[in-house]
Amino acid sequence: MTFNTNLKNIFLVVFTTLILSACATAKKSGDMDGDVYTGKETVKYLASGVPDRVFFATNKSSLTTASRATLRKQATYLRKNKKLNVTIEGHADERGTREYNLALGERRANAAKDYLMTYGISGKRISTISYGKEKPVNPASSTLAWSQNRRSVTVKVN
Amino acid sequence: MKRFFLALTIYFISFNFLYALIEVDITRGNLDPLPIAVSPLHVDIKSVEHEGIKVKELGNNISSIIERNFKNTGLFNPLKKEAFVQKPDIAHLKPRFEDWRLIKAQALVTGKLLVRDGKLKVEFRLWDLTAAKEMTALAFTTTPSNWRRVAHIISDKIYERLTGEEGYFDTRIIYVSESGPKDQRVKKLGIMDQDGANTKYLTLGNELVLTPRFNPTNQMVTYLSYFRNMPRVYLLDIETGMQEVVGNFPGMTFAPRFSPDGKKIIMSFAEDGNSDIYTMDLETRVVERITNHSSIDTSPSFSPDGKYIAFNSDRSGLQQIYVMRSDGSGVKRITFGKGIYGTPVWSPRGDLIAFTKVRKGRFYIGVMRTDGSGERLLTENFYQEAPSWSPNGRVLVFYRETKAGSKGEGFSATLWSIDITGYNERKLTTKTDASDPSWSSLLSK
Repeated sequence: MTFNTNLKNIFLVVFTTLILSACATAKKSGDMDGDVYTGKETVKYLASGVPDRVFFATNKSSLTTASRATLRKQATYLRKNKKLNVTIEGHADERGTREYNLALGERRANAAKDYLMTYGISGKRISTISYGKEKPVNPASSTLAWSQNRRSVTVKVN
Repeated sequence: MKRFFLALTIYFISFNFLYALIEVDITRGNLDPLPIAVSPLHVDIKSVEHEGIKVKELGNNISSIIERNFKNTGLFNPLKKEAFVQKPDIAHLKPRFEDWRLIKAQALVTGKLLVRDGKLKVEFRLWDLTAAKEMTALAFTTTPSNWRRVAHIISDKIYERLTGEEGYFDTRIIYVSESGPKDQRVKKLGIMDQDGANTKYLTLGNELVLTPRFNPTNQMVTYLSYFRNMPRVYLLDIETGMQEVVGNFPGMTFAPRFSPDGKKIIMSFAEDGNSDIYTMDLETRVVERITNHSSIDTSPSFSPDGKYIAFNSDRSGLQQIYVMRSDGSGVKRITFGKGIYGTPVWSPRGDLIAFTKVRKGRFYIGVMRTDGSGERLLTENFYQEAPSWSPNGRVLVFYRETKAGSKGEGFSATLWSIDITGYNERKLTTKTDASDPSWSSLLSK
């Protein structure tokens, strides 16, 4: 009897530990911070170590800490390459109405542009365009795809 | 595209308003559709062949279109022709009411036609079988190539007589035709008759086009085009094919619609990332700013009297529907339910606003009164939006997208319609995938 109870307790402890660790791994390995994508899939590079895109939360156009770090790298790169102009493309996921998504993409592209400008890049070198939900980088209908599609992408023009 | 019906003449044979017993109540969902017999139109033997039109089959073809129109309303139950008890020409003169009542028909449509000297002459009669009398009759002459429109006009007249509401069959739908994989869609402007016939494409698919909308006379379309990768509102003359960009805005313009008098276009303009609502007078080209707010203001739609504008804005945090006077004053939020609300479209009758609602990851099409009260959700799906009204304000057309697999497989975009009663949800026939439908007004008005 005593043995059995002990065994039960041990099982309980082991089981609880398993659940807890499962939770921890899910949170870390999902390439997500809240619903903002933090992974590397779909990301291209303007130059070595300079990612071309930043990601957004649903219905939001505010820049995360990670996005600001990426954009500072882009600003440094653009300062070094003074003749380079860029277009920033703003995109939305497919889970909103088309017209609102066009406006949201515009807002996201401009959020990135404004940040680059605060780091000394002339607004004349940066144009913006919104594609709303029209050009998904990941065509799947999944939480992951939607997070990858909520993005603004800096593209070299010349 | 030629202008239709220049030669249309209509005259009444007789019109009997008195004491008809049958009528169709369309204010509620109709679970007991009215049994109606649509006799083939009798083809006069003096008819001659005309430019590849199968004249001998014209009587059958016209009655088939009428039947399909009626069936699609959900309000009528067209009976099978095998059960018909009288020849078309005899029935048209005077039906044997008691025989038609035996096959459980309550209303009967008869008619005859003649194709001669390059003209199509048609007459039809609608009979109330219960009261044993003629309800309405009409005759008209047009060019034979208009025969499909003849069928739609007859359908409209009968619908009007039986429901007391204007019909919506002699109408067209403009939409965005889609093809190709989900991440590389090719989009063109498509236009078709309300029943899916006569599809034509108005752009070639070289640039992305979105959200086409008719003007009140159905001659012009305003839409968003990415021509030269500059998203701007365009105006297209359907007959001449002439296109022009509307206004010289230093940024994206989108979400266009005509004012009810057709003189202005209302749209969003995104300046430094912020979208506000503007109007442009098409004649004077004077631009007026209607909203000035740091939030997204878009999807504007005028009330049919032109006095108010409904739009969606995220000024309260999330997308909600607002109404203001047409000069931008008196902005009032009208949606307070759980979820987000967008794409408000004012009914042509002025009594309701249709909208898209998103809640807990599901998309709904619904209607509410213009003060936001009396919300009714008509249909729920994975993704659907962009309702557009039938000209009589009884039916909505909208588009749906399906959930795609990991490579985008299984994705489709299709047009659907539903009664504002929430009944009679129906997929529309289109030649390709389709989205962003806009319903014209009646063409023959």
